[in-house]
Amino acid sequence: MLIRPKAGILDPQGIAVERALPALGFEGVSNVHVGRLVELDVDDAGQLDEMCRKLLANPLIEDYEIVGGDGGA
Amino acid sequence: MKFGVVRFPGSCDDVDAQLAASRVGEAVLLWHADHDLQGVDAVIVPGGFSYGDYLRVGAIARFAPVMEEVVAFAREGGPVLGICNGFQVLCEAGLLPGALLPNVHLRFRCRQVAVEVLNADTTFTRACVVGERLSIPCKHTTGRYYAPDDELDRLEAAGQVVLRYAPGENPNGSVRDIAGVSNDAGNVMGLMPHPEHAVDELVGGSADGLKLFASAAVVHA
Repeated sequence: MLIRPKAGILDPQGIAVERALPALGFEGVSNVHVGRLVELDVDDAGQLDEMCRKLLANPLIEDYEIVGGDGGA
Repeated sequence: MKFGVVRFPGSCDDVDAQLAASRVGEAVLLWHADHDLQGVDAVIVPGGFSYGDYLRVGAIARFAPVMEEVVAFAREGGPVLGICNGFQVLCEAGLLPGALLPNVHLRFRCRQVAVEVLNADTTFTRACVVGERLSIPCKHTTGRYYAPDDELDRLEAAGQVVLRYAPGENPNGSVRDIAGVSNDAGNVMGLMPHPEHAVDELVGGSADGLKLFASAAVVHA
């Protein structure tokens, strides 16, 4: 599961990284956001969405995306 | 008046909260793994780093066995105060609106802040007057209050924004300078500053924090 700060919510970590990259000579970087990766094995992938909504992400402040795996989205 | 202070693994302000509450009543500790509120009249969810703040602040503590009892107690109108990490836990548990995000400057802030009382009709602010300033310490890295704009309008109109940082005092970038909110019934409140650390002029910078504990005792009496 990839969990990101919701669009439109101030993401100070993303801003800090965005400012640090040019200092190292990397130009042309924008829209940096720092999120979270949760990896897991699960027997029933149908549970993943509910897991995200109930625990792994807070839908008020975060968006989530379920990726990869056998039979995953 | 009997207060119960929840102790999670990682709580660190539980004993201060117990000592503060014991100035206005009896105060016991409630163990996170017990389905037992020990017959208390009010619950305090204290500051700290419950469950190591893993995943997201307050996210795991919300599922502690004792929280099932706290949620049921709050829904029946029982007084519940969440301080700092406790505020985060109550938001995650759905007892309070909004969420707490990392401070806008990403720094840990530990200092005395002035907060203004906007609503003196809630369970934990009845000993205050509207417009009164309280001097209370804050100490946190994840204290930036957030709720969507339409929700903020609704909260302000309903008087649920109970405490606001005084002009120039916002330590974390909270939207609309919000320091503390309540549920719509006013029996559940959360705030980022630490009233339990401001109950003695000698070591707390002020004794203003005591008013929140005294408010609950007044209601109970």
